[in-house]
Order: sequence, then C-alpha cells, then structure tokens
Amino acid sequence: MFAAENGLKGDPRLEAISRAIRVVPHFPKPGIMFQDITTLLLDHKAFKDTVEIFVDRYRDMDISVVAGVEARGFMFGPSIALAIGAKFVPLRKPRKLPGEVISEEYVLEYGVDCLQMHVGAVQPGERAIVIDDLVATGGTLSAAIKLLERAGAEVVECGCVIGLPETKGQCRLNGKPLYILVGPRDVDDCC
Amino acid sequence: MSACKDEDPRINRIKTSIRVVPNFPKPGIMFQDITTLLLDPQTFKDTVDLFVERYKGKNISVVAGIEARGFIFGPPIALAIGAKFVPLRKPKKLPGEVISEDYTLEYGRDCLQMHVGAVETGERALVVDDLVATGGTLCAAINLLKRAGAHVVECACVIELPDLKGRERLKGKPLYVLVESH
Repeated sequence: MFAAENGLKGDPRLEAISRAIRVVPHFPKPGIMFQDITTLLLDHKAFKDTVEIFVDRYRDMDISVVAGVEARGFMFGPSIALAIGAKFVPLRKPRKLPGEVISEEYVLEYGVDCLQMHVGAVQPGERAIVIDDLVATGGTLSAAIKLLERAGAEVVECGCVIGLPETKGQCRLNGKPLYILVGPRDVDDCC
Repeated sequence: MSACKDEDPRINRIKTSIRVVPNFPKPGIMFQDITTLLLDPQTFKDTVDLFVERYKGKNISVVAGIEARGFIFGPPIALAIGAKFVPLRKPKKLPGEVISEDYTLEYGRDCLQMHVGAVETGERALVVDDLVATGGTLCAAINLLKRAGAHVVECACVIELPDLKGRERLKGKPLYVLVESH
C-alpha cells in the first residue's frame, strides 16, 4: 500500500522524497529506467524524512528486528532500527556473512540468486520488518520473508521507499503487507 | 587515535559484542564480525553515538561509506550530524556517471567508484567503514574524495588491525577507531 493512501495523503515530505530520486535510463541494461536513491541520500532533509516516516509507522508496533537487504537496504534499515530500538539484521548475497547461515534461493528474470541470514540473528517469536530501497517483482523481498519465517520470526510488514508498477494492486507479498512511500519517476519528470 | 578505552564504558561493550570468526574468508584470517554488534540495539546506538559526538558541529557535510558494511554505520552518522551520505561502491553498481579509483589487494586489484557530482569542491568529508586493515580501501576512498575536490577531515572505523599498519597508508589523513584487535 502506498503511504499517500494510508494516512499520509498530501504529506509534503513525500513530494520532496520523490523529487530527490533520480532516474537513470538504460541501467543496468537497455529499457530499464533505474530509480537511483543515491540522490535522495545527498538531500539531508529528504533522507531524514524518509527514515522518519518509517520510524513513525513502526515505533509502536513492538518490532524487535529490522532486516535490510544488501546493499541499498543497508542505507535505510539501520537508521530505522536505531530509532525504534530494534536490532539490525543484514540479509546478504552468498559468501559475505562469515558465520553459519541459512540460505534462500529465488528466481530472477534469467537464472537464480540467493539471500542469506546468520543463524541465531533472530529468535522465534520476534516481530520483524524487512526494508529495501525498491520493490519490483517482489522476488528478493519474498526470499527475505522466508528467511525470517524459517528462523521463527513473524514478519509484520515490508517497507520500501519505491514501489514499481509490477507491485501495484498487489499490496501483499507472501500474504505480508507492503508499505511503499513513492512510485517510480519518469525521466521526463526530472530537472 | 583510538577512543579512550579506559574511560568510556561504552567501548568495552562494543569490543565484546564483536564476534571473531576463525578462518574466514580463508584459512588463517580471524574475521572481525560486526553483525553481532548490530544485534544489540544499545551497543549499536553507542557505536554511532561515539562517532556523532566526535563529528557533530565540525562542519562536516559529507559522510562517505564504503560498500557494504560502511553503509550500515555511515548513514546514521550522516543523519545525526546533518551531512549527506555518499556510497562508495564496487564497479558497475552505481548507475550514473562515476569516477573510479583502482587499488591493490594482497593478490590482484580492486576498484572503488563514486558518483560524479555527489561531492562539491571544498566540502569537508569523513570516510566510514567497519574495519581498517591494510588501509588500501580507505586510501582509494580518500583519493576519490580528493579528486572531487573535497577535504577529507578524518577516517572513522569501528575496528583497527594495528599490526597491518593501515594507519600509515592514509596519505597523512587521521584515523579514529573505537577498538583495536591484535
């Protein structure tokens, strides 16, 4: 569900966040209009507002785990975790985490990829959110949800800064709610 | 310089929260794993607070973090001190126009990239990473920022491996760490 349809309609922070995102055409390959959040990170107020919107939403939901998907989920997740008093759990590509891990494979457009989480990072019964910069097909988030559930956590919601049209109308992922701040920008919108 | 270990009680908790994983990524390496630090909300907060206390009010407008563990510590510091966050990444990850800096590894070479236009001439910058070993990556980061016209004020890491003498390879830039591991 989009933040604007859920209590933040007309919130000027959302407009500023959207404007701070840059579109890079044909990256990583022709036809893809890449939604670049690095320009959002350069805008201190917009970055702060992004984190605050998520913090305001999750602070009273008894969340003890914020899981962030490598690598852009690492740019947003930890600040949210710190503000709500939760632990931060990085979900990483294979062979990055040094300790014992559990792995979840997921399907890409061509081929498969894999996400890993440390054994023991999460305890059964913990309430968790998953944070990433963008959700497209939901394949990566889906793998993230599965990892947390396999460790016994309850995934309360997935939070993303940007949601692409592929997810529109689909407010849930594996049955879990999805909370999105803004939609994609067109290259024509950009200055 | 290291944070004053004898005086600040937060330092000891930070040190003990870091897990050592033997023989990762290869035999003989004792890997300093900060993921266990991130699992303790108070300790993670203390880590960030120690850096924020040092850098707040020092007119730093850029915090550059090195992929990927620098992305965990850098943004909270940037947000708290009013600076922008600039990710420094491995090749082909940043979508826009980049500048690149090659650096030497134990075997072979690697490369760090920064977006053109992320940093402006004269900006005061910090470089943040979880750990400094030989200093090769930090040195590449310093070079990128310098090439963009920024003034690197200091490098900040949670952990230093002093035996690898990375401190000497930072082109004269100071290094601030919270814990040392021998």
